[in-house]
Amino acid sequence: MFRFLFDRDTWQEVIDSFSKNKLRSILTMVGVWWGILLLIGLLGSARGLENSFNRLFGDFATNSVFFMGNTTGMPFKGFQEGRRIQLTIPHIKKVEDNIEGIEFVVPRNMNPVLVTKNFLSGTFNIFGDYPLLDKVQKKKLIHGRFINQNDIDDTKKVAVISESIYKQLFEKDEIAVGTYIQINKINYTVIGVYDPGNVNFGPSEDIHIPFTTFQKVYNKGDKIGFMMITGKPEYDIVQIQRDAELMLKNLNNVHPKDNRAFRSFNLGKEFAKFTGFLSGMQFLTWFVGIATLIAGVFAIGNILLITVKERTKEIGVRRALGATPFEIKRQIVVEAVFLTLVAGLFGIISGGWVLIALNYKFGQGAEATLVNPSVSIGVVFISLIILIVLGTLIGLIPAFKATSIKPIEALREE
Amino acid sequence: MLKIHQLHKSYPIGDSSLHVLKGIDLNVEEGEMVAIMGSSGSGKSTLLNIIGMLDEADSGEYILDGLPIKNLTEKKAAVYRNKFLGFIFQSFNLINYKNAVENVALPLYYQGVKRKERQEQAMFHLGKVGLADWAKHLPKELSGGQKQRVAIARALAANPKLLLADEPTGALDTKTSHDIMAFIQQLNDEGKTILMVTHEEDIANMCKRIVRLKDGVIMEDVKVTQDRAENYV
Repeated sequence: MFRFLFDRDTWQEVIDSFSKNKLRSILTMVGVWWGILLLIGLLGSARGLENSFNRLFGDFATNSVFFMGNTTGMPFKGFQEGRRIQLTIPHIKKVEDNIEGIEFVVPRNMNPVLVTKNFLSGTFNIFGDYPLLDKVQKKKLIHGRFINQNDIDDTKKVAVISESIYKQLFEKDEIAVGTYIQINKINYTVIGVYDPGNVNFGPSEDIHIPFTTFQKVYNKGDKIGFMMITGKPEYDIVQIQRDAELMLKNLNNVHPKDNRAFRSFNLGKEFAKFTGFLSGMQFLTWFVGIATLIAGVFAIGNILLITVKERTKEIGVRRALGATPFEIKRQIVVEAVFLTLVAGLFGIISGGWVLIALNYKFGQGAEATLVNPSVSIGVVFISLIILIVLGTLIGLIPAFKATSIKPIEALREE
Repeated sequence: MLKIHQLHKSYPIGDSSLHVLKGIDLNVEEGEMVAIMGSSGSGKSTLLNIIGMLDEADSGEYILDGLPIKNLTEKKAAVYRNKFLGFIFQSFNLINYKNAVENVALPLYYQGVKRKERQEQAMFHLGKVGLADWAKHLPKELSGGQKQRVAIARALAANPKLLLADEPTGALDTKTSHDIMAFIQQLNDEGKTILMVTHEEDIANMCKRIVRLKDGVIMEDVKVTQDRAENYV
């Protein structure tokens, strides 16, 4: 059935009719070319944007939520409203053991402090942290290391500082790791410098010291400032947040409907907004690309219709010489598919060039707007299949038109 | 070879219809060379189209080489045309973006003959009309007489039983007309059956039999002594 596709004559005919109407054919193909160029270019850019978002968010476990104690908004169980809620270490354990789908629960403490080094000083936030934080919120260390279990066990006075603090307190090219900084008059050894990245949620994070050290120095006891909860990927973080909040309310004698007792921030929810935006953009891209493509294919159908009209006589001659209507139709459909396919392939190639150009212009360095703008080979295949299908369908219109004229009428035409 | 009995054909024109062929009876034997003559509107072209299976009769019988031609599908008609008939047109009807040999090879292409063999056969027929040297030329590079000769080679390519010519000399000057007629006569001498529509008396006289049509009926059907075209060349 498809043997004719490998017949040199079939293609000779296609090439002949193409070269006979070069300008018109090329102008027609521009429609399809532009459509596929837009599709590839837009999809690639959308992917690049998505990649860059992923890179920005990559340092955070995006399915996480954190809780802070606040003041109650409703009286409950004999307590008046306006009572301050304090999260403690036992709460952590309870949440971790009882809520389904939790991966980590990380307690944290925070204080604003004055940091001095020699004659330089500044006010920053310090955090008491466990090594686990690195799992929830990946720390990109430029020098040294993050807090480890030894630091926790021995309540060591060590600090991991952000790059911006390093820049404020240290000379250029000075080695920070191993030197001392004073935090509220107490000396800490710097063990690491990290890059905070581009996106931050919550308070700016400056200095991390071991959780146990923080407890001791600031006399925190069991109290914790806030807790970060990370869900396993297959669980819904919003549900985890609801469960955990209800549990914390129960533990703290808070009315179940009290919305003020805890403050929480769901990173997963925020992230979902971004990904929703991105998938909306992808949908728009497909929509625009395919709509343009269809417009281009219609242009091809239109031009073939004109061509058929012009070739009425030729078609009549061919039929007089023994061409069956099927052979005529087949030839016209092959021409339509050929035109769309060639235009589409050029579109894919030049779409690739556009992406290369975008990557060159916007995709360089760590702060790039578009990271690796590209389309998967699957998308290319899908576009090709769409082209073939649309080309065939649109080719059928002039094909039927061509054979609807009786050969005698076709021959009579001058 | 060709038997036609009580053939009727009418064309609808608005609400009424135009009765073009009003019961034609015609028998053509193998090896004959028949001229169909008549003024315009006499139905001669319609008759030729029906014989050529380009058009279908309303009623009547048409038997070609023992094969009844009736209610053909488009596909079947195409196959029969390809196998049994060779067409020669007044305006040559060569495909203008194909060179001479490609034009001649076209019926063979639709017969499914392999490319190489097709090329050889086409060259053979082109040689027969004396245009082997012009094989690679496009129709626009050929003179009228050459074009018609290419068209004749094309009509011969599929080795048809019957050659149908619709005013083959209508677009040519007298000298070239005689050239072409000499060639067609030569084909007839070799045994080809030829049916030709013309309105030129001298061309008709170069055939062996003249059928005169008027208003859709045969007025006269006479055998004539063939006027050899080479006498005029």
